[in-house]
Amino acid sequence: MSRHGTAGKTHPTSDPPGCGGISHWNRRTLLRAAGLSGFAWLTPLAQALARAQEQVPGGAPAKSVIVLWLQGGPSQLETFDPHPNAETGGLAAIETRAPGVKICELYPRLAEQMDLISLVRSVVSKEGDHERATYNLKTGYRPDPTLIHPSIGAVICHQLRDDIDLPRHVSILPNVWAARGGYLGDQFDAFKVSDPIGPVPFVTSRVPEDRYQRRLANLTNVLEAEFARGRIRGLDERRTLHQTMTANARRLMDSEQLKAFDVREAPESLRKNFGDTPFGRACLVAARLVKAGVRCVEVTLAGWDTHANNHDGHRTQAEILDPAFAALLQHLREDGLLNQTLVLCGGEFGRTPAINPLGGRDHWPHGFTIALAGGGIAGGRVIGETNPRPDREAKDPARLVSDPRGIADIHATILRAIGIEFDRELITPIGRPMKLSDGRPIDELLA
Amino acid sequence: MWKRHLLFLISCLAGLSALGANLLRTERVRTPRQFHSEQVAAEGLRDAVDQVDREFQSAWEGAGLQPAPKAPSLLVVRRLALGLMGTVPSLEEIRALELVPPDQQIDWWLSRVFEDRRFADYVAERLARAYVGTEDGPFLLFRRRRFVSWISDQLHEGKTSYGQLAYHILADQGLWTDKPSVNFVTVTSDQNRDGNPPDPIRLAARTTRAFLGVRIDCLQCHDDRLGKVGLGTAADPREGTQIDFHQLAAFFGGVRNHGLTGIRDEPPAVKDQYRTRLLHAESEQVVEPRVPFQHELWREEGTLRQQLAAWVTHVENRAFARMAVNRVWALMFGKPLVQPIDDIPLFGPFPPGLQLLADDFVANGYDMRRLIRLIAHSAVFQADSRADIELQPTHEDQWAVFPLVRLRPEQVAGSVLQAASLSTIDARSNIIWQLIKFGQQNDFVQAYGDMGEDEFTDRGGTIPQRLLMMNGDLIKERTEQNIVLNASSRIALFAPDHRTAIESAYLAVLTRRPSPTESAHFEAEFAEARSAGDRLQAVEDLYWTLMNSTEFLWNH
Repeated sequence: MSRHGTAGKTHPTSDPPGCGGISHWNRRTLLRAAGLSGFAWLTPLAQALARAQEQVPGGAPAKSVIVLWLQGGPSQLETFDPHPNAETGGLAAIETRAPGVKICELYPRLAEQMDLISLVRSVVSKEGDHERATYNLKTGYRPDPTLIHPSIGAVICHQLRDDIDLPRHVSILPNVWAARGGYLGDQFDAFKVSDPIGPVPFVTSRVPEDRYQRRLANLTNVLEAEFARGRIRGLDERRTLHQTMTANARRLMDSEQLKAFDVREAPESLRKNFGDTPFGRACLVAARLVKAGVRCVEVTLAGWDTHANNHDGHRTQAEILDPAFAALLQHLREDGLLNQTLVLCGGEFGRTPAINPLGGRDHWPHGFTIALAGGGIAGGRVIGETNPRPDREAKDPARLVSDPRGIADIHATILRAIGIEFDRELITPIGRPMKLSDGRPIDELLA
Repeated sequence: MWKRHLLFLISCLAGLSALGANLLRTERVRTPRQFHSEQVAAEGLRDAVDQVDREFQSAWEGAGLQPAPKAPSLLVVRRLALGLMGTVPSLEEIRALELVPPDQQIDWWLSRVFEDRRFADYVAERLARAYVGTEDGPFLLFRRRRFVSWISDQLHEGKTSYGQLAYHILADQGLWTDKPSVNFVTVTSDQNRDGNPPDPIRLAARTTRAFLGVRIDCLQCHDDRLGKVGLGTAADPREGTQIDFHQLAAFFGGVRNHGLTGIRDEPPAVKDQYRTRLLHAESEQVVEPRVPFQHELWREEGTLRQQLAAWVTHVENRAFARMAVNRVWALMFGKPLVQPIDDIPLFGPFPPGLQLLADDFVANGYDMRRLIRLIAHSAVFQADSRADIELQPTHEDQWAVFPLVRLRPEQVAGSVLQAASLSTIDARSNIIWQLIKFGQQNDFVQAYGDMGEDEFTDRGGTIPQRLLMMNGDLIKERTEQNIVLNASSRIALFAPDHRTAIESAYLAVLTRRPSPTESAHFEAEFAEARSAGDRLQAVEDLYWTLMNSTEFLWNH
């Protein structure tokens, strides 16, 4: 498939196409060939070959996305767009490995990785409320009561098919607005996991195996058999999927791949490198999940809504984010996964350039930063610019940035990097055609 | 010393006897005050029901479809409980209901539902989702709980018609804390602008969808290009234009947030209340308010929002009644008569039943309880979801069988909690059950995935949802051995024999008795129990199995 958008053909949401990318086509073809030719025993080999083929770096599309979601709205000034002057009251800036790119002094370890990271410093939106803005950032669309749009991870999982035991869309440390499948269906909702120091929720039976087996046997042989009587033929596969999902849940419960969630399997030195925090552990697990074939992992770090004591709040947050984000990039690179894993870091909006009377910063959707790195993204680049000495009386704050970019443009960029036609149209359940993204890819960011 | 031992023994026996009596007692379930045996005749419902039934019958004959037979009364009662209270009936309610003559059971149950606060609370939340969504909304300016409670009060008291409810929501002025209806307006407040002004665009879109069943959102940006927004008149239909949307939004152009006095409207005489820049125009223009259809019903009296509210709820504006019918239908069936729920063509064609129900709704003063009773007595609502003939998807599409609809998360949680208690969990329940319900229901819905406003979308289940039901805390805690709280333990200890224990579990969870095959199967399993502990475990396992079945998790 071309990595460039095409004037949209429309597709029903219920019949997701394969991505069509050459690597993906090969993988599916191998799988299909193994199945159709009766050589099903070859499937593991086919999968291994296909996976190896997909991992070819250099021009190959990214395969997975990790979203480091900074819930609450981080200050662009105290993260990736410092303007230390009297008007902004911002903290100092430090040099980075990327020539000419400075970031806030709170991020010394990320400064060492900035040659891998590109920044869009001129992101603008029209949503200043946490919930609406979160929806906007995660889906690429503003809230629309007629339709719930899917999050970027759901779109990717819908467009690309896989055969793994694990959920392909995972949200670690989710807050109330975890990534959703929206009109694509609940099956594309993120699988939610809390601090990886504990077990994965609900994958262990609560009674001994023999009792569990008997419960399941009674469910299938007695209850479901009775319920199917007098209903449409193929009730489960055509209508409810209940038994199918029960079987899939059992498959997950028994899967060896669940070990990817177990942070205790990683060496202690590696865990320390990510930071001994829930977010640090979650980033390490995100890398392990991507390695296991998971398509999209969302990792949430809440606590950025600093209406008071902004600098103290951001200092605390940076002590968590800096080691985790830096270690994630380092680990992905050392594992050979960075070329195929796009990492995005950002929140729902930025914060006001001026400090308020409580020493805080308020919501600011008129120019904030999204950081991107890894698969398909060139490092060390900066798009757009915010005004270092903003006019507090400006009537149109959106004009305070140069080269403004919309949220949808970020989504289009991600989809292009991963090899999905960003302007592909789907027919939604209400019959309305809808593009995967109605933005335009930021070509300057693409490797 | 022996006296103290004796006293302790007597206390224990008394406590156990009281717990055991719960299995059979019916005295807690009172006969509804408003119920009388000739309810349908007294309310003049029979003719209306017959008309609706004839319309569906005619449609089925035209399509060559044989409808499903009538469903058992208990199944109909279960549907009503799920649709109107978000839970299955309790075992004690079922026992009490079975003492009522069969031909009066539906009306007895409906009367009980209407008098139960759970009905008002549950339906209020569903309506609120249509009016203000599920967002937390602007901080301090929006009080969702107050809005929902206010709707619930109106429904519970039964003195405010649906038309009056809508009028208040659209036209009321005041502070969002002591005039809860104005939260419909404040939820759209833009906190990024001085004065936190409400958003006329969002209000216009919400008004047409929630109250008129007309989606004109796309006209915000451009004229209708797909022929999806039909306006004009039945004799002279036309495609919607961008100005139609903004003329409607102009009714909200003069709404101001005055801080301490809350939401106020500019007098209609004030000009220049709403401006917009139309597609391809070079500059903004003033847009005067104008309703998008049936202009003859519009009276220029009162504030602009009062004018709009009077037009929306006008008895001749049938779009309002049709939308209400479609929403109530969706609540009761889990699936609207016209899909999507808020996109009903102004000039038809309409499915069977819609116009008749809308006409009856108007003729009876927008009486929502009558509408519910009318639908509940229809052949469609009382049809079984299975039949002896080979069913095809068309049967469901044409309502020739009751549709299979997956329960919403709060219905699942409510049903699990109710099935785990032999007595009814309602506003009169003890504080322990109230706290358990509040905490566990919220946690469960969060984990299961709230469907938000998109709650009438037809979907299958997911792996995480199955894992939550199979291995989650709610099912574990509400089915495990707990003599004080859990029905499974109490049934195991106090049911006189295996058959009664199995039947009680089936009634409590699935609102039916087991089939002979099921009964024989589980009786054989129970017979293997060698001790009280084994029997406790057997009932716990049965509860788990019943709660994990398609039958429990789907309305049918």
